[in-house]
Amino acid sequence: MGDFLRDQWWVVAIFIGTLVPLVRRFASVGAMEALRTLDRRWIFLLMLWSVLFPIYFIGVTGRTFPELPSALAHSTFDELDRLAPGDPVLLSFDYDPASEGELQPMATAFVKHCAEKKLKMYFMSLWPVGPQMVQNTVDKVIRPDYPRLVYGQDYVNLGYKSGNEAVIRVITTNIRELYTTDSRGTAMQDIPMMNGITSVQQMKLIINVSAGYPGVKEWVQYAATPYATLHLVAGTTGVQAPLVYPYVPRQLRGLLGAIKGAAEYEKLVIDTYGGPNPDPKYLEGLRRMGPQLVAHLLIIMLILVANFLYFADKRAVGR
Amino acid sequence: MKRTVPLLITAVVGFTLIGAYFVPYTQSWGETVAIWFDVLAAIAFILGGGNLLRSHLKRISDQQSGWAYSIIVLVSFLGTLFVGLGKIGAAPSPQFPDYGWSGNYRQTGSAFWYSYQYAFQPLTATIFALLAFYIASAAFRAFRAKNLEASLLLATAFIVLLGRTFAGVALTAWIDPANWQGFRYFTGLRLENLTVYIMAVFNTAGNRAIMIGIALGIVATSLKILIGVDRSYLGKD
Repeated sequence: MGDFLRDQWWVVAIFIGTLVPLVRRFASVGAMEALRTLDRRWIFLLMLWSVLFPIYFIGVTGRTFPELPSALAHSTFDELDRLAPGDPVLLSFDYDPASEGELQPMATAFVKHCAEKKLKMYFMSLWPVGPQMVQNTVDKVIRPDYPRLVYGQDYVNLGYKSGNEAVIRVITTNIRELYTTDSRGTAMQDIPMMNGITSVQQMKLIINVSAGYPGVKEWVQYAATPYATLHLVAGTTGVQAPLVYPYVPRQLRGLLGAIKGAAEYEKLVIDTYGGPNPDPKYLEGLRRMGPQLVAHLLIIMLILVANFLYFADKRAVGR
Repeated sequence: MKRTVPLLITAVVGFTLIGAYFVPYTQSWGETVAIWFDVLAAIAFILGGGNLLRSHLKRISDQQSGWAYSIIVLVSFLGTLFVGLGKIGAAPSPQFPDYGWSGNYRQTGSAFWYSYQYAFQPLTATIFALLAFYIASAAFRAFRAKNLEASLLLATAFIVLLGRTFAGVALTAWIDPANWQGFRYFTGLRLENLTVYIMAVFNTAGNRAIMIGIALGIVATSLKILIGVDRSYLGKD
């Protein structure tokens, strides 16, 4: 850290420079009054720095915080790892660019894990922009790092279908009722890996990356619950994770919550399949834990300061 | 007639779906209804597009406040529709190289791809990222330990906020049986373990109660709609 601050002294200078007016205000009106009348734009600035500084630090040094995978991350990893090469898995990417920052690292890790295990990947989406998320992940992971995987034989993008949970309802019994072509317009009978696949019940595992409705809750209600042989694991946003915890462990075999979950899962995948020098794109979750740490500490500090002011004012009124 | 037919359709479809869930013989009926729903959902996009055009054109013609934004909406909507349907810039599919329109509209390098990659994606990601700033501001202005419940909520928030980062691990790493054998009974107090405990026990219990309550409410409301007691969804006319 010391070396970083010495080398990147100009970042520290800009940081201090931006906060000079705030320090001057503290000096002129007093700390309590300055805090009481604190303009929210100062809070915005602090949040900007608390995110920007760790991103820059991790970008320059390449160092990340150590991560200890939780039991849920282990169970998610084990569900995929127990599968044999050639087993079919359904990957439903039900999110959009708004949640990409939170969910893309786990989508990337899921696809890497599937590719390493040589599983047959069937991509689909219940969100209109989901196919783009699938395409981005394929372009990021499969095309450059697993060029031996052939579209139509090892992975296929079935694309988006409107209808939300009704889509799940139909494809769990007959996938071809809704999907007559893949997202490129190729007929199902012309896709080799679709031979013999008639319903989602044939999938050895469903992997859902979900940012809301329709998403993991619908997959639990319309796929994993009525068909007990279907195993489901999910990666969700931080907001959504507490809502789907009640489905763990029987209806939901594994759950990754937000960036923390992604970082834990990434660690397991990288430790097992990453090699000595893993590509930084497979460490995105771990890298994003840095900004999350500082931002969380800032929020805690703001709450503590605000409560200190509250009790100080209450005490003053009491006197 | 105007109200009876929709009521009848609702009742028939609703009871068919309920029956299809419980009676194996009628399972295929449920699938057929679900396919109809998917077709209707696709048609709803056309209705939605039409409604968007109508409401924004009206705003522009009436020059209501913010009508300039409506122009932006319409230009973006029609522009995306045009480049997507027209597959502008998309190369023909290798299967049908003689047909210019056979390519994928999302193909890398197509106009739709550009608009998605360089307009839609950064804009939506930016809007969502603003949330962090408002959460920080709200943390300073709203979260006060005014009573016992609020204090408990704050304490829980602190544990989860710390437990979801390396700070939680670092702060309570000293609760380690390697430091003192007696700590083996207290490892559950480490912040990362407390976070898991809060999520798995308190959160799950609370959410399950809420979910069961909501489910019972949905059953009651659905039955009222299916048997025609609640007709509010049909509107006033």
